[in-house]
Amino acid sequence: MFVETGAFALAMALAFALVQACVSAIARYRRSSMLAAAGEGAALVSFLGVGLAFAALVFAFVASDFSVANVAANSHTEKPLLYKVAGAWGSHEGSMLLWCLALTGFGAAVALLGRGLPQALKTTTVAVQGVLGVVFLAYTVFASNPLARLATPPVEGRSLNPLLQDPALAFHPPALYAGYVGFSVVFSLAVAALIERRADAAWARWVRPWTLAAWSFLTIGITLGAFWAYYELGWGGWWFWDPVENASFMPWLVGAALLHSAIVTEKRGALSGWTLFLALAAFTFSMLGAFLVRSGVLTSVHAFAVDPTRGVLLLIILGVTAGAGFTLFAWRAPSLPQGGLFTPVSRESALVLNNVLLAAAAVTVLLGTLFPLIREAATGESISVGPPYFNLTFTPLMAALLILLPAGPLLGWKRGDAAAIVQRLWIAALIAVACGLAAFALISPRKAWGAAGLGLGAWLILGALVELAERTRAFRASAGETWRRLSGLPRGAWGMTLAHLGLGVFVIGACVETAWKAEAAEAISLNGALDVGAYHLTLEKIGGVDGPNFDAERGIIRATRDGRTICVAAPERRFYPAGGQTTSEVSICTLGLSHLYIVLGERREGADGAPTWLVRAYWNPLALLIFIGPAIMAVGGAVSLSDRRLRLAVGRKRREAEAA
Amino acid sequence: MILPRPLVRLAVAAFAAACMAAASDPSERLADPGQEARARAIFKDVRCLVCQNESIDDSSAELAADLRRIVREQVAAGRSDQEVRDFLTARYGEFVLLKPSFSVGNAVLWLAPFGVVGAGVLLLVSRLRSRPEEAELSEVEASRLDDLTRGDEA
Repeated sequence: MFVETGAFALAMALAFALVQACVSAIARYRRSSMLAAAGEGAALVSFLGVGLAFAALVFAFVASDFSVANVAANSHTEKPLLYKVAGAWGSHEGSMLLWCLALTGFGAAVALLGRGLPQALKTTTVAVQGVLGVVFLAYTVFASNPLARLATPPVEGRSLNPLLQDPALAFHPPALYAGYVGFSVVFSLAVAALIERRADAAWARWVRPWTLAAWSFLTIGITLGAFWAYYELGWGGWWFWDPVENASFMPWLVGAALLHSAIVTEKRGALSGWTLFLALAAFTFSMLGAFLVRSGVLTSVHAFAVDPTRGVLLLIILGVTAGAGFTLFAWRAPSLPQGGLFTPVSRESALVLNNVLLAAAAVTVLLGTLFPLIREAATGESISVGPPYFNLTFTPLMAALLILLPAGPLLGWKRGDAAAIVQRLWIAALIAVACGLAAFALISPRKAWGAAGLGLGAWLILGALVELAERTRAFRASAGETWRRLSGLPRGAWGMTLAHLGLGVFVIGACVETAWKAEAAEAISLNGALDVGAYHLTLEKIGGVDGPNFDAERGIIRATRDGRTICVAAPERRFYPAGGQTTSEVSICTLGLSHLYIVLGERREGADGAPTWLVRAYWNPLALLIFIGPAIMAVGGAVSLSDRRLRLAVGRKRREAEAA
Repeated sequence: MILPRPLVRLAVAAFAAACMAAASDPSERLADPGQEARARAIFKDVRCLVCQNESIDDSSAELAADLRRIVREQVAAGRSDQEVRDFLTARYGEFVLLKPSFSVGNAVLWLAPFGVVGAGVLLLVSRLRSRPEEAELSEVEASRLDDLTRGDEA
């Protein structure tokens, strides 16, 4: 019964999204604040409707109601509770519902939190958000309803892929979708700004918190996905340049560019056209991602079921929505004001360069993802674009960006002083180069690129610290003065410092792990051993395990270094009878920031007939930094979001106080 | 083939995870560590043709194992890296290489990233040029400003 209530609520949500779009548009046309309030109310009701539908789906999963087709296809009675809940968004239909939940949720948030926005801009934004809601809710209700019933329910469900039964992956989609769909508000604000012809400094300030929120969520979502791949897929890979990973990375890059260009628009009134363009592009890439994952046009290890009809529908949605946005942009953008002047050496120029490089990186990822399709359509020849392409294109672009990065925040607006920058950064540069050279000379085997990456990461971290020291006049004023300035720093400044620091941490982790990873694999018998890096691993025991929905073989492997026990690992090889799959449960020993990564493989007959087990082990130096870095970046985003300046109500309160 | 569930996310990965990083399997390895290292480097640039998006270094599919055997045999026979790649391309087409060739057909692919940077920098330069510095104050304006500020101080 609850399921039917949910299905009804979903249909109602669609109806209310339509009301939201129409009433808000009429309200804007007639300048009626009463109708505008009605439109905002409809946005809230629409969100509540999707929320109810989502609750119904989760309920059906928890109760293992196999009369619901989606539950029967993706759940199983023996599955642990967390994964029953996560199963609700594990499939195409369920994840579309999650998308709609986020979309209407952000619409409701604009209605509730956007009180600082000028009435006309806000009403138009709510109307555009309503249109997006109508489009995606209609798609969900009519083309991929997750609450559809089966005529003859099966006794048992088909379970969720065991690889997906993982805590990191349970939370990966909600974070990712909050990020993807968070850009819908940015899109709506951009369309509204084009309609209202006000893409000014104030508009850029309103765009910023939504971009920050979406970008931070996307950072968390992508990192959780990478972390999951790292420990679940069994060989410690965390990024594969797979089309679906690229699909999430493109809006991230565009979002990062938008965060920076919005600063220029807010502070200097310049680049408003470009900022609008990025605001439209971010959500366009989100929709492109949704299309790529679901259409089956690209081969990817992550793709949902291949369903051309749904793919075509999503492509139409993408084309119409983005097409309308960019047509409006082409029409209105030429009349936008150009904004303030600046010189070649200035923060504006630095931020423009940042945007040029991030945009080029996004284009690279887009081309790398879609070029095989284009080439095949044009010439009939099929080619592959894999990691080597990105290493030769994306990596140098990013390296250039990272080399320039520390100078940017130190430059003044309008007219910067190049000599002063050199004076402030030369010690940091010297230390960074020394780090790189030391790594090159001292770490064996010798890896030039790894050493360069280490130096680059150190440069970013030192650069962020120099910037912090500049702001607080550390080492130049008294300690008390520095402390006073430190505690008085706006949260936005802290956010930037953290985000840039986190990037440096990530670069160090990624480069060191990639360059100096060590691998070993041997088929060893009980009490046999293998060496990886400086570690000696002994297979001490093999035993059986009865899991809640799997059976497993567990190996006890002792890792020693110079005779001292470092850790005892217990990797498992699991068999899930529900789906008939075998997976590896990796055991990771965390040693400082590095990982000893141990996998138990298949049992094999040894040379003398005794059983042996294929044990793989990896030494992943500083691997933890790969995930800590982005986490710091996301925290930076959240800290920046909490800045008083961005709280939309602040300006309003001040105005009210002035009026009183 | 009937897919086990609408969500076939990671169908291939699920299969591969059972014995991931297949290329490190000791039963396949070449005796000479130098040759083995060369073979492993080549594996990373060769696509497992039947897989979704994996190199033969990662994939545990049968075809990937066959391709690894071919590459190892050729490396052991003393062929150069390029000769091995050419052999694979002649046999399976360019699709087998994860690194697209630097050819006319791929010019857009290779040049666009840097073209975007070039275009962006050109736009920046033209923007900096087309808007000259704020003009210096004329003498009349300067003296007027002087008068005004003097008035402030008084």
